[in-house]
Amino acid sequence: MEQVLQQLINGISLGSIYALIALGYTMVYGIINLINFAHGDIYMIGAYIGFACTTFLGMSFIPALIVSMISTAVLGVIVEKVAYKPIRKSTRIAALITAISVSLFLEYGMMYFVKPETRTFPEVLSSKNITLGNLIVNNKDIYIVIITVVMMLVLQYVIHKTKIGMAMRATSMDSEAAQLMGISVDNTISTTFAIGSCLAGAAGVLVGVYYNSIDPLMGMMPGIKAFIAAVIGGIGIIPGAMFGGYLLGITETMVSAYGYSLYKDAVAFAILIFMLLIKPKGLFGKNVREKV
Amino acid sequence: MRKLSLVLAMVLVLSLFVGCSSQQAAAPAPSANATESDKGAIKVGLNYELSGNVATYGQGLTEGIELAVEEINSKDGVLGKQVELVKADNKSDNAEAANVATKLITRDKVVAILGPATSGNTKGAIPVATQHKVPLISASATADDVTVDSNGNVREFIFKTCFSDSFQGFIMANFAFEDLKVKNAAILMDNTSDYSKGLTASFKERFESLGGTVVTEQAYQAKEKDFRAVLTNIKSANPEVLYLPGYYEEVGLIVKQARELGLNVPVLGGDGYDSPKLTELAGNEALNGVYFTNHYSSMDDSPEVVKFKEAFNSKYGKDPDAFNALGYDLAYFLADAIERAGEAEPLKIKDALEATKNFQGITGTLSVDENHNPVKAITIIEMKDGVQTFLKKQQP
Amino acid sequence: MRILNKKNIIAVLFILLIYAAGEIMLRQGIIDSYIELNIILIGINIILAVGLNLVTGFTGQFSLGHAAFMAVGAYTSAILTAKFNQPFIVAIIFSAIAAALAGVIIGIPTLRLKGDYLAIATLGFGEIVKILALNIDYIGGARGFMDIPKYTNWTWIYFMVVLSIVVIKNFIDSRGGRACISISQDETAAEAMGINTTKYKILAFVIGAFFAGIAGALYANYFYFIKPDSFGYMKSIDILVIVVFGGMGSIAGSVVGAIVLSLISLFLQSIPELRMVIYAVILFLIMVYRPQGLLGKGEIKLKFLRKRVA
Repeated sequence: MEQVLQQLINGISLGSIYALIALGYTMVYGIINLINFAHGDIYMIGAYIGFACTTFLGMSFIPALIVSMISTAVLGVIVEKVAYKPIRKSTRIAALITAISVSLFLEYGMMYFVKPETRTFPEVLSSKNITLGNLIVNNKDIYIVIITVVMMLVLQYVIHKTKIGMAMRATSMDSEAAQLMGISVDNTISTTFAIGSCLAGAAGVLVGVYYNSIDPLMGMMPGIKAFIAAVIGGIGIIPGAMFGGYLLGITETMVSAYGYSLYKDAVAFAILIFMLLIKPKGLFGKNVREKV
Repeated sequence: MRKLSLVLAMVLVLSLFVGCSSQQAAAPAPSANATESDKGAIKVGLNYELSGNVATYGQGLTEGIELAVEEINSKDGVLGKQVELVKADNKSDNAEAANVATKLITRDKVVAILGPATSGNTKGAIPVATQHKVPLISASATADDVTVDSNGNVREFIFKTCFSDSFQGFIMANFAFEDLKVKNAAILMDNTSDYSKGLTASFKERFESLGGTVVTEQAYQAKEKDFRAVLTNIKSANPEVLYLPGYYEEVGLIVKQARELGLNVPVLGGDGYDSPKLTELAGNEALNGVYFTNHYSSMDDSPEVVKFKEAFNSKYGKDPDAFNALGYDLAYFLADAIERAGEAEPLKIKDALEATKNFQGITGTLSVDENHNPVKAITIIEMKDGVQTFLKKQQP
Repeated sequence: MRILNKKNIIAVLFILLIYAAGEIMLRQGIIDSYIELNIILIGINIILAVGLNLVTGFTGQFSLGHAAFMAVGAYTSAILTAKFNQPFIVAIIFSAIAAALAGVIIGIPTLRLKGDYLAIATLGFGEIVKILALNIDYIGGARGFMDIPKYTNWTWIYFMVVLSIVVIKNFIDSRGGRACISISQDETAAEAMGINTTKYKILAFVIGAFFAGIAGALYANYFYFIKPDSFGYMKSIDILVIVVFGGMGSIAGSVVGAIVLSLISLFLQSIPELRMVIYAVILFLIMVYRPQGLLGKGEIKLKFLRKRVA
């Protein structure tokens, strides 16, 4: 029983990371119907910026986190303007392939500049173990969960209680109507990308601090898993992405706990396919009839 | 437009034949590799993973080789001629490794090929080297079947300068049972690495034949960062020791997370641990109680090792790891064989390689056995406060 | 009879001519093993691209898991030739069938999905196949499968390439092919017109997979060693890039695309660090400036053989 609880704890911090990245995916998809393959790589770049801040500029955790979030937000906007805007009217396949090309560009471009080896973060957050009986919880676990929940609450507030949030919701429902109502669709989209990217960047720094190791290809798998999490929760729905992230993290950990750790990626994909077949709008999604 | 496409397509198809063969026209027939060496430089091919998943290993080996060749060339080269390295990237893909090997042999006319780094990619290049009768030496392809095929026959043109998987696992099993006196072991292996799988298989076989028990076997995949699920499983199986034959990138993280979870048993591994990054990733304290087999100890203060470290540091600005050291020795190893062969000709080089006895490298003294595997002493290193300390050396 | 008309006879002669030219150049040593290897690679890529083009270009089903079919074919052929000593033709047939079966298995559940979701689902299937391959020790798992007999040569490659192009081209020109095209244009309308979209979508997958299986067998029996990592989504993306580059909806485009991109990859061999970056940039530029690819929907027609109809 204890082991199960311990695994649950393991799963929650993993889930937080997926949740943070999934938030960005779901927002972008909600607004321009694009699976931003490059999102996982923004997460990776966030981690590297955090690395640069802490290692070369000697910053501590929170400042590095903030700098990274701002930088990745800017990067996200740049990517959107340069790569995704020109293909906004293209076919879905064209958009997807463009996203893949951006992803490859970021990954291998980064690899060219920083070399493929892993880097380690300096110890900016001292590690303390809290033992509850036989369970071990690390203070970093707690940090990650708190930061993730806080981000989500802030995001919910922005989406539902601010003007820009309303603009984002309007644009995702019907971008032409939104434009007619005087909303600058371009700016709204850019803002969406900015917010989504800064969340991914935050996740990157958290991972760097928590696991201590970063490399240029670290964004691929978490990116795909985060997408799966977003789909599970309902793509375009923010609490759904959070829920999906935690569900996936815990499931993955449980699969490993039962000795099938080698299949955990396969299980994640199986869940995805299952969801897409049974409830493609996700657990929290609403069914929308397809108009002919 | 249609006609243009037709013409375009035909031109493309034909240019494939004609364009490539015009290069061919300038070069002599494939088997006359010996003539090239008389003209000045001795060409050696590097077939390494410079991009892709395992690029760090390919790049590491290349750095070591390039440093060595620089030194060799500054001291009159080999047989009075300069050594010219022809570097090529096999993209961590075995078909590309075959492609690169073919190009190096047929186009660049190299007299020997160094690399690839992984057993998998080396296996891709083997048929090419064998077919064209050019020796291929890998400093890190540890799989047993790289040098010996499934019928037990030696692959004539293939050599390795690193331990076979079966050897390292065996030694560690002995160490665990006899030195640490433990009877229960847990194994955590990298399922995506044939190196790790090979070591696991030989460790398990030996440990069980000595009377030990493997209480649980768990696995992970390379590039992962979170191992707490499998570590929790291992902890609840109550092993006395953990055999973790992986590479330092994951091992560092695993040991750190293991200690955080309260798993404080000794950890045993292989030469994949050897890197300054190990301490960076895990931290000094976590590494207490970690032992691994290695070719040498980078803490070895013999003059050659110290000189190597200094030279490496001044060229690359960082401390060398195992791959750098192995690459460095590999270049010298080949140079030595070419000198003994008396001529930079592939068949003669192959014979010289086979006859190698007591070659002194910084990673130890090695001789080549009848299976084209190295016979060299193996060292067991213990990590104490983040520093590699030499524990014992075992002659084969 | 329609088959024996002038156009087809000339086409057959043309095909045999190129074959003979290749065979002669090989035997004379004009083509050495380096060129041979790359021709084989290009041939394999052509078969893969043409198959994927049928699925993605002509039927509009965005598949990112094509490499999985290749993997099935490669491992089937490896097992049959290395462990059971079967002749190559037997191995190829079984590889194709095995891959086709995989096509059915993957095609059926993904039928209801569209666009992006289909892409990710097929990616997922592809990864699942790869993970399974990594974990089955009989075929070597991570260590790969070694000592596969080398049966692939110019003859096999050439005729398999010709076969795949001829079969797929004929399928596209047939009623089945037109049904597929209608699905890619507007699936709901096609359904409303009475076309059994389910049947044709699966059929497209199966045919594409069939040929990918052949490509896999050819690959395994030339390169002597295969490992699961070679068949991941990066490979699927590689094939997709060829299809997009050449033009989705153009068979000739896939052929040209395979040749051109393989050559580009060859030239970039000397700058490994930047290779993928350049590849990504090329892909991006095509998507933005010429999304229909090199040949768009055009084909190469032997116009001069046709009688002008007034």
